[in-house]
Parts: sequence; C-alpha cells; structure tokens
Amino acid sequence: MAIPMPVTTPVATTRKATQRPSMMAKLDELGRELWQDKLGTLGFTVIVALVLMAIFAPLIAPYDPAAQSVMSRLKPPAWLPKGSWEHLFGTDHLGRDVLSRVIYGARASLIVGVLVVFFAGTFGVVLGLWSGFKGGRTDAIIMRIVDVQVAFPGLLLILLVISVIGPSMTTMVIVLAVTNWMVYARVVRGIVLSVRQTPYVEAAEMIGCKTSRVIFRHILPNLTSPLLTLGILEFTNIVLAEAALSFLGLGVQPPATSWGLDVANGRDYIFVAWWLITFPGLSIATTVLAVNLFASWVRVTTDPQEREKRFAYQRAKAAARSKRRQPTSAARSHGGRT
Amino acid sequence: MLNPVSAPAPHAPLLSVQGLGVTYETGAQGFWGRPKSFDALQDISFDLKAGETLGLVGESGSGKTTTGRAVLRRIKTSAGKIVFKGNDITRTDGEALRKLRRNMQLVFQDPYSSLNPRMRVIDIVAEPLLVHGLIRHVDEARDRITELLRVVGLPADAHDRFPHAFSGGQRQRIGIARALALQPEFIVADEPVSALDVSVRAQVVNLMQDLQKELGLGYLFIAHDLSVVRHISHRVAILYAGRMVEIADRDDLYDHPIHPYTEALLSAVPVPDPRTQRQRKRIVYGGEVPDLVNPPPGCRFSTRCPLVTDQCRKDAPKLSERSPRHLVACWNR
Amino acid sequence: MNISAMSNNEPLLEIDRLKVEFDTRRGLVQGLRGVSLSIGRGETLGVVGESGSGKSVTAQAVMGLIDMPGRIASGDIRWKGRSLLGAEGERYARDIRGKEVAMVFQDPMTSLNPVLRIGTQIGEVLERHLGMTRKQARTRSEELLAAVGISAPGRRLDQHPHEFSGGMRQRVMIAMAIACEPQLLIADEPTTALDVTIQAQILELLAELQQSLGLSIVLITHDLGVVAGLCHRVAVMYAGQIIETGLAEDVFERPAHPYTQGLLRSTPRLDEVSDRLISIDGTPPNLVTPPDGCSFQQRCPLSGEACKKAPQLAHIRPDAEAACWQPSTPAWATPLMSPSISH
Repeated sequence: MAIPMPVTTPVATTRKATQRPSMMAKLDELGRELWQDKLGTLGFTVIVALVLMAIFAPLIAPYDPAAQSVMSRLKPPAWLPKGSWEHLFGTDHLGRDVLSRVIYGARASLIVGVLVVFFAGTFGVVLGLWSGFKGGRTDAIIMRIVDVQVAFPGLLLILLVISVIGPSMTTMVIVLAVTNWMVYARVVRGIVLSVRQTPYVEAAEMIGCKTSRVIFRHILPNLTSPLLTLGILEFTNIVLAEAALSFLGLGVQPPATSWGLDVANGRDYIFVAWWLITFPGLSIATTVLAVNLFASWVRVTTDPQEREKRFAYQRAKAAARSKRRQPTSAARSHGGRT
Repeated sequence: MLNPVSAPAPHAPLLSVQGLGVTYETGAQGFWGRPKSFDALQDISFDLKAGETLGLVGESGSGKTTTGRAVLRRIKTSAGKIVFKGNDITRTDGEALRKLRRNMQLVFQDPYSSLNPRMRVIDIVAEPLLVHGLIRHVDEARDRITELLRVVGLPADAHDRFPHAFSGGQRQRIGIARALALQPEFIVADEPVSALDVSVRAQVVNLMQDLQKELGLGYLFIAHDLSVVRHISHRVAILYAGRMVEIADRDDLYDHPIHPYTEALLSAVPVPDPRTQRQRKRIVYGGEVPDLVNPPPGCRFSTRCPLVTDQCRKDAPKLSERSPRHLVACWNR
Repeated sequence: MNISAMSNNEPLLEIDRLKVEFDTRRGLVQGLRGVSLSIGRGETLGVVGESGSGKSVTAQAVMGLIDMPGRIASGDIRWKGRSLLGAEGERYARDIRGKEVAMVFQDPMTSLNPVLRIGTQIGEVLERHLGMTRKQARTRSEELLAAVGISAPGRRLDQHPHEFSGGMRQRVMIAMAIACEPQLLIADEPTTALDVTIQAQILELLAELQQSLGLSIVLITHDLGVVAGLCHRVAVMYAGQIIETGLAEDVFERPAHPYTQGLLRSTPRLDEVSDRLISIDGTPPNLVTPPDGCSFQQRCPLSGEACKKAPQLAHIRPDAEAACWQPSTPAWATPLMSPSISH
C-alpha cells in the first residue's frame, strides 16, 4: 500500500516556502542531495572528468594519438619491467601512446553518444507527441511502425546501410539515430496519453487554448524528468553501440581514434600485449558504469515519493551513526535537525 | 433567497437543452474492427435561467459528468439540441467554439490536478485572457488579476506563487478565478467541493453563492452529495443510468419525491444527527446500477425497483409533468 | 436499537499517547501528536477528521503499516493489555493482526489482487491463519460471501475482482476481514469511494455484522453523517490530536470544541435549508512547525491569550472530553458575506 504522506496536507502558506526557491538555492539543494548518495556522486564525478578529458584532450594528452614510432613498439605500461614513464599505459603495435589514444578516444564516444541521443530523442519525441495527441488511426500506424522496427534486428540494418554508404562518423550517427528513436516515441506517447487525461490539460482546452499551446505549454513540461532519465540511460547504449561498430570497422576510421577501434586493433596482440585492449575496454566499462550510477540517482530524484523515502533512510542512517558515537545522547538523536 | 417559482421569466432561458443524447464508442475491436457503441445519455432536457442553479444529481455511471461536458460541447452529442442565449450551439465547432468558451466555463472537481503545477497563479488566471487575445502579455492583466483574486478571497501576493503553495480550498478558488476571468454567464461546476475537506467546503459553497448573486451567473451544479445540492440549487434533476428520472424545484423534490429511485437516494443520505439518523426510515434497494453497454430494456431502474411491473420491463417511461414544474419518468407513481 | 450497551470490562485496544513522525525533506512532520484512545468489546468508535488530521495514521499504526518515511516516535499500543511495540510486541502483533484485528480499506480495487479469483484470495486467508484445508476453506468462503450479502456465492467465488462492482468488492473485503472472526474491525473510509445508495448498503451490513458477531468497530471517516448512524462513541481529530470525544448523541447535540461546532454547522444537511453556511476560515496548521498552544487557535473565533498554552483533553461531562480552554461556548455567530464584488 502507499506510504501515508502527511506531507500532502495543506501546508501553511504564510510562513515559508511560499515561493519557489531560486535557481541557485535549488541547485544547491540538489548538490547536497547528490553528495549524500556516494555512488551517484562517484558517477557524476567520473562523467564530469570524462567530459573535461574529451574537451581538453590536446592539452592533457602527452602525445599525438596518431603519431607512430617504430622504435617504441609494444612497450608495456610504466609499472611493468621494461616499461618507461614516457608511456604510462605503454604503446601499441605501431608505437602509438595508449594513454593519449584513450584520452582522445573519449571524444568519439561522447560526441556520438550525445549526437545520437539528441537526434533520436528529438525524432522519437516528436513522433510520440503526435501519436499520443492525435490518437486513433495516426497513433495505430506510428505505433505499428515502431513495433516493426523494434522487431527488426538493428545491427543487421546498420551493417546493411553502412556497407552501402561506406563507414564514417556521420553515417554512424545517422544510422544509430535511425535505429534508436523508438523507445522515446513509446515512452512519450504513454506519458502524453496519461497527461491528456489530467484535468489541467482539459482545463486548458476548456478556456480556449489552441492545440499547439496545449502541447507545448501544458503537456511537454511533463516529459522533462522521464526523458532525462531515459536519455541518460540510452546514452550508455549508444556508447556501447559506437564501440561495437568501431570494433567491427564500421564506425570511426583511422587515423581517428575510438575505444572500440582500439580494442579491435589490440585484439591480435591479446596474449603479447594485454594493455592494448585493457585500457580502452576499461574506459568503456567505466563510462557506462558511471552513467548508470548517475542515472539511478536521477531516477530517484525525479520521483517525489522515492525521493522522500531516500531522504528518510539517510536520516535514519545518520541518526543510528550518531547514536553509536554518543550512546548517552541517543534519546535526542534527532535534535540536530533544523 | 431567490425564489424561482414566483420569479416570472422575462426572457428566454440562458441555456436550454432539449432531448440531449450522447453515444460512446467502446473502442474498435482490432485495427480494422468496427467500434461498438452504447448510449451514455438519452433524452436529457432542461432549462436554466441566468442567476439560477440547476443541481444535477446521480451516482457514478449516471451520466451527470457527461451531461456537463456535452453541454459545454466538450464531447460529441448524438441527439438533441443545445440552445445557449437563443443560439443553437449543437454543431458549433472550430474557431466559433473557441469563442464560445468565453461565455461558458467549467470548474473542476479536483483542485490538485486541475491546475498546471508548473505555472504561476497569475499565468493560470490570465491564460484565458491571453489565449482569447484580450491581452498580449500577462503583465497587462496584473491589476485585473489582483481584483479577481480579491473577489475569490485569495491574498494579493498570490500572483507569483505556484499552486503547490496553496491548500485545496485555496486551489479551488484559483480554479474559480480562472473560470471567471472571461466573465462568463454560465458555469458548469463538476463536483466542485467533493474533493475538499469538510471544513473548507462551506467556504467554496458560500463563495459560489455570492458570485452568483453579484454576477447573475447560471450554474449547472453537478454533485453526488444531495445535502450540498439542496443548499445551493434552485432546481434539481436526478439522473439514473443515463436518463433523467425526476426534475423539480428544490423544495418540491426534497419534500415530495415521486420517483422510487429519488426516494431511495434521499433516504440513503446520512444526516449528521444520531437521533434523527437512527429514526429515519432508510429505503435500501439491493442490486447495482445496470451495465450501460447492455442496459435492461424499458425502465433502467426496473432491475432494482420494488414497484416493477411487466410494463416497466418493456417500455421506458417518459418524463411527464405531475404538478407544475415537477416532472417524473415512472409508470407507477 | 440498544446503543448504550457498553461493557465495563477491560478495553480491547488501547492507544496511549502515541506519537508518529514522518521524516520528510521539508522537515519532521508530526503526524500524530500524542493520541490516546480505547475501544471496548462490542463498541463502535467513530474517528472523524479531515485529511492530514491523523485519523488514518492512527489506524495504520495499529495495523503496523507505518512505513518509511514514517515511524512511531513514542507512546504505546496495547491489545488486551499487551504492547504491540518493541521486539516482543512485534511478535505478538504478528499473531493478532489480520486475525483478531482486521482492516478494511477505502479503495477495494487496490487491496484485491486483480489476477486471482475471489475464492483463492479469501481461501488464502483461511488457510494461512486458520490452517484450513482447501476444501474447508472453500465451504467457509461461500458462507462468508453469503454473510456479507453476496448472492450466488458459489459462482462468485470463481470470478475475478474486475467482475465485481465497487460495492460488491467492498463486501468481499469485509468478508476477508471477518474471515478469521476478528474481535476488532478497523474500517478506514470504507464507503468514501462508493455511491450513496451503495454506501447505505455497506453501513447496514457493518451494523448487522456488529450485532451478529459482537464485533468492535473503529470507523474512520470524514463524513459526520456516516458516524451518526453507526457509532456509539466519537473521537474528533484535528492536526494530529484528538480534540473532542464522547458519546455520539452528546457530541452531535452539544459539541464542546469550537472546531466540532464549526464542522457540524458548516456541513449542509439534507433535512434543513439554510441561507448560508458557517465557514471555518483558514486551513489546518502545518505539522512541520505546529503552533505553540492550541492547534486550532488561528481559525478559532474564541481564541485568546489562554490558547497560547496547549489545552489537554479534560472531562466536561462524565462521558465527554474536550481539549479547549472554553469548552461548550457557542463559537460561531451568523456568517458574514464574502468581500463585495466589483467586476
């Protein structure tokens, strides 16, 4: 059964919280809440680090990622015998610095991820809005298209298209967008269908709002938080898809770098030089993990009831901790709050 | 208090509904399937004068909400005529219908979900003015909104707050202010107090009565609470399973109900007074409201009625006048 | 009807200065602020209050349904003299909840499993609590459905919840609640989701069951009319406290607390026509920072200096208590018009 929520009782309107807190105060509160969630904080920190790394790659990377050097082929990482501090993560079969390649590789993953989420998201949201709002035959047709495309193996379609057009970054973004928009359409349509039933949308129509105003002013804002969580999670899918395509040689083309491409290159040397696939592989795993950790925090934060529950658990934990520390003041363990 | 019986009708009624019917489709069976349909509402007729309140009472499935939405032209009608201020609006649509919204408004049941949580109070109340092109920017209407908020009894500093900062009763006042912004002459109030706390209901009922006196509004007051309806209405109509079974002036209906369903309904309402309540004769009929998709032929109350005869099971009774302004649809009373 | 039949023996359920708190992001909400109640055998107690008054939280505390973010901060709940709180109490509570104390909720649809047949759901209760065999459970389920006034119970047992109307579902819930022959039935707004004529049927059923099974009933509702018909005693709750309690006739006829008076006079009555309702201005207080002193003082026409100190429940008559410094003073005069309108 539902948690009793006395918080929904009419709150006195005069004392405090009468106006929405300012943007800064809200960010401050969010930051504090994120800090309470250690895993979420970890995820967020890693994401920020990755983004900074991708943006400032030329400043951070010790070498040009494409610079080859026959003299220093297959050097192991610095901490192994025969390794040198000149190449922290070692070098590959062409003598390229693995660390530099990992740093530059973040660019491909992030750019492809962001672009695909943006294009697929926009396309899916528009179709979902249209489908949910129009209903009837339009809805049925759009949703059947979604069903058919979901049923069709995405990878097969991608292989087909790329082998016809030829691989490039642009092609990859377009192809991934075309094969990943369906989930947005479905989610958005579902939300639109339920929001359309809410009285305030009916109220908007009753006072004479035109359709466009109803959609953009009254329906669309409801989509922000679910789409945020969905977009973040989809991002990880795209990072993995990009790696897979590059691994197959259908994505990022040399001399550009990508984690997937590097894993593919290192494949042949797996027993001789494990570091060639380990570091790019770890990068992929870390990114996906970090994004998932952050997404699960976002999901809880955008769900009011879950958010209250998390808050209560954290308080209870804090109370138990302070009780352990000072057993004498256990009785008033709750006194420290404001 | 205004007495509608003795008040002569100087002009045509504000709203006249004649033989209104609504048919719902239960959804197509499959992609190409033919939708099934059923009559949610049949043969509803009533008049409403300016400054008058018609209480529309019924249980769930009776079609009272459907009636309100049909009169406002929110849902399609399948039969009958709706005449508003002398104009037939049964087929009005598009831009003309949007213009019509300026004269007829709706007050919602749930004050929590009927206000957009992401809009400030001023944006909510000014939105009707904005979408009808009466103002170009919300700030132009600031004084007007202040006045409206004062009229519905909200503090002047309510403007820039969001709905969540208000209690249920205050939210309902915001909803009423929104409905009043365009200065309509007719308001459908769909259970406006049933979602409110008991101690707050009186505030909203009183407000609605004051507004009616000052502005001469016509109300179609939809409710399942017969006590509130008795308090606010001049005339009361009882619906059962999509048909009107009785309509009369308020005291006439409450003191001398004729239809067996009305009787049962009135006797079922508990009175907050233990002595009276324990002495009241309660008429409890078994059974449930019939399924509208497969309604019983004849009178729809025949499945629960103690007076039922073969005629009731075969033919549906029509509303007929038993005493002045008191119409009943029953074969046996 | 003999309504003054009150046994003098030890009460079944005692709630003693119970405090329940909800730890929310907006602060510590004091859901219950020291509630004391007792229910005797065969007695019907009506708990009346608005949303947020704590009436449902009281029932949930008895049934052990207070979940994060809520918790019982202090006080005690005793069943036949034994506490239901603490480690040992929890064990005792597991034995009696659902068996000796049963609960009926407002919305029968959410309390029934939509994919299981009604017979399976009632049978499960009987098999688990009473150790019946499947066959015994089936026979007993049929009797129970018949007892709550469902016709053709044998056929109905094989149907799913969606084949029942709202009133019928509530009857099924009541059948499940009385399956283990409880001594106390807690009904939380059992008729709020139902139509008036169906509500009358359910109330009639509860009254019958009380007579035939000797049940005690706690009826939680916001509807004063529902209480008037069924209850011997009434407790009125406001802002997490009981502010008035007494015999039903007394409370309705001679309400002592200004809030009770206002509630009765602001509710339109079917059998009376008045020009204007009394309206209690304002809203219930914020329970994060409840006011010092009387919680009704901001809305009370009688409030004065004395009200800055919190009044305790005190006897105003042998059978009646009120938490007010000026009990039984008429508080509400003829109402005024709302601010005038210039449109």
